[in-house]
Amino acid sequence: LSLSGLLEKKRSAGISLEFKFCGFFVCESEGLTVKMKKRMKMLLLLGFCCGMVFGDQNRSDPHDQRVFPVLSINYDYVQMPFEVSLWILLASLMKLGFHLLPVLSGVVPESCLLIVVGLLVGGLIRVMGKNPPVLDSQLFFLCLLPPIILDAGYFLPIRPFTENAGTILTFAVLGTLWNVFFMGAVLYGACRLEAGRLASVDLLSCLLFGSIVSAVDPVAVLAVFEEIHINELLHILVFGESLLNDAVTVVLYHLFEEFAHAGEVTVGDVFLGVVCFFVVALGGVLVGGVYGVLAAFTSRFTSHTRVIEPLFVFLYSYMAYLSAEVFHLSGIMALIACGVVMRPYVEANISHKSYTTIKYFLKMWSSVSETLIFIFLGVSTVAGPHAWNWTFVSITIVLCLLSRVLGVVGLTYIINKYRMVKLSGKDQFIVAYGGLRGAIAFSLAFLLSSDDFPMKDMFLTAIITVIFFTVFVQGMTIRPLVDLLAVKKRKQSKCSINEEIHTQFLEHLLAGIEGVCGHYGHHHWRHKLNRFNKRYIKRCLIGGERSQEPQLISFYNKMELKQALMLLESNSSANLSAGVTAAIPRQRSRKTLNISKEREEEIRKILRGNLQKTRQRVRHTHTHTHTDTHRHTHTHTVTHTLSHTHTHTLSHRHTHTHTHTLTY
Amino acid sequence: MGSRASSLLREEDIEEIKKETGFSHSQITRLYSRFHSLDKGENGALSREDFQRIPELAINPLGDRIINAFFPEGEDQANFRGFMRTLAHFRPVEDNEKNKDLTSGEPLNSRTNKLLFAFRLYDLDRDDKISRDELLQVLRMMVGVNISDEQLGSIADRTIQEADTNGDMCISFSEFIKVLEKVDVEQKMSIRFLH
Repeated sequence: LSLSGLLEKKRSAGISLEFKFCGFFVCESEGLTVKMKKRMKMLLLLGFCCGMVFGDQNRSDPHDQRVFPVLSINYDYVQMPFEVSLWILLASLMKLGFHLLPVLSGVVPESCLLIVVGLLVGGLIRVMGKNPPVLDSQLFFLCLLPPIILDAGYFLPIRPFTENAGTILTFAVLGTLWNVFFMGAVLYGACRLEAGRLASVDLLSCLLFGSIVSAVDPVAVLAVFEEIHINELLHILVFGESLLNDAVTVVLYHLFEEFAHAGEVTVGDVFLGVVCFFVVALGGVLVGGVYGVLAAFTSRFTSHTRVIEPLFVFLYSYMAYLSAEVFHLSGIMALIACGVVMRPYVEANISHKSYTTIKYFLKMWSSVSETLIFIFLGVSTVAGPHAWNWTFVSITIVLCLLSRVLGVVGLTYIINKYRMVKLSGKDQFIVAYGGLRGAIAFSLAFLLSSDDFPMKDMFLTAIITVIFFTVFVQGMTIRPLVDLLAVKKRKQSKCSINEEIHTQFLEHLLAGIEGVCGHYGHHHWRHKLNRFNKRYIKRCLIGGERSQEPQLISFYNKMELKQALMLLESNSSANLSAGVTAAIPRQRSRKTLNISKEREEEIRKILRGNLQKTRQRVRHTHTHTHTDTHRHTHTHTVTHTLSHTHTHTLSHRHTHTHTHTLTY
Repeated sequence: MGSRASSLLREEDIEEIKKETGFSHSQITRLYSRFHSLDKGENGALSREDFQRIPELAINPLGDRIINAFFPEGEDQANFRGFMRTLAHFRPVEDNEKNKDLTSGEPLNSRTNKLLFAFRLYDLDRDDKISRDELLQVLRMMVGVNISDEQLGSIADRTIQEADTNGDMCISFSEFIKVLEKVDVEQKMSIRFLH
C-alpha cells in the first residue's frame, strides 16, 4: 500500500522535473550524431523511471514513513550554472560539428551556420512551449564582448596599425558620422513621406536608429575576415575602423537618448556633444593606458609566482573595461589601449609558459564568446517581439549599403591625397563591402526603453534584418568576390630574422634622412618614442636584465626557441629520420653524402642519442632564459649549434657534442 | 633667407634636377633652403662636419653611414645636385611613373634602386656582397655594446644562412632583394616631401 501510494503522489512531482530535464536534453541532441541521440534517449528513459520511483525531496509528505533517499533529485540548486554550462557546451559542440563537415565550412562562413543553429534552437524551445531566452544586454556587454575585444587588442599588429592610423581614424570617425546623419536624415524624410504608421517616428528617433545601425561591428568583421585571409592592409583598415568607431557610437547613442528624453536640442548641447566625444575617446584610452602600465609594473615582480601571471593580464584588462564603462567612456578603446600598452613589457617579464597560457586562454574565450553571440542572435530572433514594416526595413537595408559606399568613396578621395600608398578601387570596394553589422547594434537597440521609444520593436526587427543581410549575403559572397577581383591575399610569412634586421635598419635610415631634410615625419616621431621608451619606461616596467635587451635580441631568442620546439615536436613522430630531415631549416641538397647502410644506422643512432640530449638541453633553455646574461650566452651557443648539428658531417658533430658537454 | 637661397639656384639647374630626380619645383626650392641652412661655411657644398651637426644624425646608430652615402666616391664635399640625387631615392613611388617610357632608365625612386641604396649602406667595400663582417658591423651599431660578440656572431650566421642561396656565405644583391620581397619597401623607404 505504502509503495503504490508513494508512487501515485510522487508521479506528478517527478514529471514536472523530468520535463525540464527533457527540454534541455532534446535541445542538446539537435546537433549530435545519431549514435549519441540513441544514448540520450536511453538516458532519458532511465531518468524517467528514477523520477517516478523516487521523486522530489521537497514535496515529501511529512506523515509518511521517511524512507532514506538513496537517490534524489534537486535541480534548483544547480539550475543557473547548469544551464550556462549547457549552453556553452552546445555552442562548442556546434563548432566541432561544422569543422567535421568540410563541404559546408568551405562555402558558408561559420557565423551564418551558428545563427541558423540559433534559429533552430530558438524554434525548438518555442515549440516546447517555453519562451526562448533573449540576448540580455548586460550579459552581452559585460561577459561576451570583453574577451573578443581583449583578444583583438592584445594581438593587434602594431606596425600596420600605426602606419595607417590616420586612414583608420578618418574612416572610424568621419565615416561613422556621415553614415549616422545621412541615414537619419533620409529615414526621417522617408517616414514623413510614408505617413501612416511611420508618422510617429521623429527626427531624433531616426538619428538614434542611424547611430545604432551605422557602426561596423568588430565581432562580425573578425568572424568573416578571419576566413578569407586578405592582405594585412585591408584587414587592419576594416578591423581598426570597427574597433575605433565604438567611441563615436557610444557618444552619439547617449547623446540622442538624452535629447529624446529632454525634448529640446540647443546649439550648446551640440557643442557639448562634440566635447563629450573627445572626452569619451581620450578618456577611454587614458583609463586603458593606466591599467596597462599597472599590469606591466605588476608583472615585473611575478618571477616567484609564475602560475598566476596570466591572471593579472586578464584581471587588469577587465578592470580597465569596467572602469571605463562606469564613467560612460568607451570600454572598447580602454581595453584595446590596455592590451597594446601592456603587451611589450608583460611579454618581456613573464615566462614562456605564461605567454602560451595567455595566448590560448584568450583565443579560447574569444572563440566561445563569438559562438555564443551568434547562437544567441539566432535565438533572440525567434523570441521577438517583432513589428515588421516593409518600407522601414527595406529602406534601412538600401541606405546602409548606399551610405557605406558613398562614405568610403568620398573619404578615400580625400585620404589618398595624404597617403603614400594609395588605396585602389578594389581596396575601396572591399572596405565598403566589409562593413558588417552585428550583435552590438542589436544589444544597443535592446537597451532602449520602450516608453521613450514606442517604435522599439520596429527598430529591433529592422536591425535584425540588417544584421542577417550583412552576415549572410555579404559574409557569404565576400569570399568569391575576393577571388574574383584577385585581391592580394595575406602572405604566409614565416618569421625571418632577415626581415627583422633589415626593417629595423630601414627605420634607422629613414629617421636619419628625415633629420637631414629637416622633415619631422612619421619615422622621426617613432624614433623619438623608441628612444624614450628604451631610456625611461623599459627600465621601470621590465624587471632584471631584460630591460636592457634590445628588441633584435629578444626577437632572435624567440625565433630560436620556436625552432627548437618545432624540432622537438617533429622528432616525436615515429619515423625519426624523416622527422630529422624535415626539421632542417635549409634544403642542403647539395650536401647529401652517399653513405653505406651501416654508416646510415650509425648516424641514426648518434642522431637519436643527440636528440635525447637535445631534449634536456632545450628544457634547460626554458629554465635558464631568465637568469643572468652570463648563462644566457651559454644557452645561445647551445641552441645555435643545435641547428648546425644536423647540417654538418659526422666528424663535426662529434666535436660539437663534446664542446657542449664541457660547457655544462 | 628664403629669397636669398632661391636666387643662388638658377632656373636651368632646377629644370635639370627636376628631370633627373622627379621632384617638383616647390620641393626643390624648399630642399635648397634646407641645404643652404645646413651649409654653415656658405661655400655651396656640404662637408661631413655640416652633416654631423644635425642632432638627429648624431643620435642615430647609422649616422656615419648615412652621411657617407651623400658623398660620392672619395670626395669630401657634397654639392646640391648630389644631395638631391641621394634624396631622390626616398621619393614615394607614384603609379603614373610606371607608365613612363623606360628609355630614360629606371627612375631613382624605383623599388630596385631603393633597395640598391640600402644594400650599398651595408656593403662598404662595394664588392656587391654583404660579408659576415660587414653584417656584424651593422648589427653592432644597431644593437649597442651590451651584447657579446658570440651572440651577435650567431645572429649574423643565422641571417646569412637564411638568405644565402648560392652557398658563398655572403648576401648578394639578388639574395637581398629576394629576402625583402614580402616587405613593403615602397612604403617603408619613402618620405612624404611636402609640396
